[in-house]
Amino acid sequence: MTALSVQNLSKTFTMHLRDGVVLPVVENVNFHVEPGECVVLGGPSGAGKSSILKMVYGNYGVDAGAITIQHHGEAVDLATADPRTVLTLRRDSIGYVSQFLRTVPRVSALDVVAEPLVIRGVDKTEAQGRARELLARLNLPERLWSLPPATFSGGEQQRVNIARGFITDHPVLLLDEPTASLDATNRAVVVAMIGEKKAQGVALLGIFHDEEVRAQVADRIIDVTAFAPRIAA
Amino acid sequence: MTTVAQYNFAYLDEQTKRMIRRAILKAVAVPGYQVPFSSREMPMPYGWGTGGVQVTASIIGPSDVLKVIDQGADDTTNAVSIRAFFAKVAQVETTTRTAEATIIQTRHRIPEKPLGKGQILVYQVPIPEPLRYLEPRETETRKMHALEEYGLMHVKLYEDIARHGRIATTFAYPVKVEGRYVMDPSPTPKFDNPKMHMSAALQLFGAGREHRIYAVPPHTEVASLDFEDHPFTIQHFPEPCALCGAREVYLDEVILDDHGGHMFVCSDTDHCEDRRGAGHVGPLGVAQEAAE
Amino acid sequence: MTAEQPLLRVSNLAKYYGSRLGCADVSFELWPGEVLAIVGESGSGKTTLLNALSATLEPSAGETLYRMRDGQWRNIYDLSEAERRFLVRTDWGFVHQNPADGLRMTVSAGANVGERLMAVGDRHYGNIRATALDWLGRVEIAADRIDDQPRSFSGGMRQRLQIARNLVTGPRLVFMDEPTGGLDVSVQARLLDLLRGLVGELGLAAIVVTHDLAVARLLSHRMMVMKNGHVIESGLTDRVLDDPREPYTQLLVSSILQV
Repeated sequence: MTALSVQNLSKTFTMHLRDGVVLPVVENVNFHVEPGECVVLGGPSGAGKSSILKMVYGNYGVDAGAITIQHHGEAVDLATADPRTVLTLRRDSIGYVSQFLRTVPRVSALDVVAEPLVIRGVDKTEAQGRARELLARLNLPERLWSLPPATFSGGEQQRVNIARGFITDHPVLLLDEPTASLDATNRAVVVAMIGEKKAQGVALLGIFHDEEVRAQVADRIIDVTAFAPRIAA
Repeated sequence: MTTVAQYNFAYLDEQTKRMIRRAILKAVAVPGYQVPFSSREMPMPYGWGTGGVQVTASIIGPSDVLKVIDQGADDTTNAVSIRAFFAKVAQVETTTRTAEATIIQTRHRIPEKPLGKGQILVYQVPIPEPLRYLEPRETETRKMHALEEYGLMHVKLYEDIARHGRIATTFAYPVKVEGRYVMDPSPTPKFDNPKMHMSAALQLFGAGREHRIYAVPPHTEVASLDFEDHPFTIQHFPEPCALCGAREVYLDEVILDDHGGHMFVCSDTDHCEDRRGAGHVGPLGVAQEAAE
Repeated sequence: MTAEQPLLRVSNLAKYYGSRLGCADVSFELWPGEVLAIVGESGSGKTTLLNALSATLEPSAGETLYRMRDGQWRNIYDLSEAERRFLVRTDWGFVHQNPADGLRMTVSAGANVGERLMAVGDRHYGNIRATALDWLGRVEIAADRIDDQPRSFSGGMRQRLQIARNLVTGPRLVFMDEPTGGLDVSVQARLLDLLRGLVGELGLAAIVVTHDLAVARLLSHRMMVMKNGHVIESGLTDRVLDDPREPYTQLLVSSILQV
């Protein structure tokens, strides 16, 4: 059963602050991701890779098309779902490692990582235990665990973000440049973790600029330039 | 000898008395509820019992016997003046003896001797609203009474315990009447609160400045508010009355000299005299026959 | 989960002040555990809407149905005053922008928290005080301040005390009017984090009026953007903030100062 399928998706931005200029982003996007597969969105900057990822996670609305996700054995169209449904999809079925961590004041790195489990009703101590394992594996110095990540370096924040995204067993996981600011050691850790997710049957959809990482993890590459809009009005 | 013709009977005109009686009837019908009335100017300042005087003036008849007490005593300025006032404007008989009185107007005490059927106790009330301390808006306090929202009353008691380790309110201690209205029993000591409960006498409360009358009819439940783990208690005095030796009565401290000498005596002067007349003698007292 | 129902159903709510529009055509549902932010500039009608939703203000049209604790749906404007006031002090909370509007400034912190308990008939001093102490702890007010009056508290402490006072009866719905309004940025952050934690932990539904989009982002699941008394855009908070559609929303989002 296809874990994630995107059909005829199109998206434009209307910039009202710039006299209503319409910026076409993508058109007729069609692809699917099967369980246990890592699909990478390819193409130059500005081709709409991040926009597609954000549409699939619900951060961007869509103008047309469907985004079908397997949710508790049912196919749900996220493109037309109400906010409440999108939130349950995010809680149970679709995870997201964003490029930048959105920090919350005063919440420790450990709790930032544990939160997705806690929201799903996992006991707090157990969730923190899982968070510790992941942070240790990603080589985040233990002295940082109890601190809020706001003051961390880019690489440290990214590792917190990765741990937060990987802690759950969401059947669909979106990855937006998870290795961009990591050193070789940690890149290797992330590549290994992606491999494990695949082995668990998770459907992964990602953006990787790093050729080497992409080659290691990608089962298929979708060329996003194929979805470039025809010259619009 | 001047004639009474210069005054209407009991000073107030008949229309006013009828108006006040209507307020009293309503107050009796709804125990503990503050009934507004059109308070009149009286020939004495506010704070001297204008509310009580108007209530007394509206219920007194030529055959009544009036007693007036102030802090339990019959012989203080306030008590003497009000007694003289009614002796003049209503030409009624006055007394200091609790048992003989049909109407007792009081400021700050309830007589020690249990009141009986047919007696009326009239309280002079300065601030009738028990919720005023925490909620200054009259519109709001009326709503709270109407909807029986009395949590705020316990906030005050809570504050007492938090600050003093016990409920430190010793007078004007709030009560709930017949399980419904919370009422301020006027600034009587809480020692007297139990006397209000199921009393055989009619209790009327008049607040002149605040234009309110309320009542506790005979045989009505009057419960002092408290907490389960801090139940209501009355004051206890370690020593008996120095003059008559009475225990379990409310005592006043009297300073005897400039060297810290003092004694505790009955606040209810009639009760004390009664007892001494019957031969009771306290530690500092002298037998009455010997004194005469 | 399938038996789950919304807590609040608002349909076509409108409030006019004479011929002047406060808000109009507001319809939405609020579910248990859901935090809805109402954003917009001053005068956009968001406070009018909040007051109408919390039954502080009678609307000119429309209805707000609330699922009472017994499962009955009631139009809150048809409740008797006694029912409404009972609801307000038990199942609802209201956090005012100015804590002095929501606290009794002349009674102790402990009594401020305990008042709602006493109002619903709690008559055991020891229990009331223990509960108050627990709540002061949860809003990070030191136990030794329990007998101090909020007059001696800082703005942030007062606001936290107000929150404790509201949450002590385990309300299911809390209204907040610019809860971080008059606070320093660092104090704001602490309060937001605290609110976020409590809302999540207690599964509260909340309606938060704010002009601060960062507050909305942090606290809310869903957002409604108001302008001239109308809801011009609504949806998932992330969606509205990351992909604003309406000209006014785009203006709002682009006006956020970046640090």
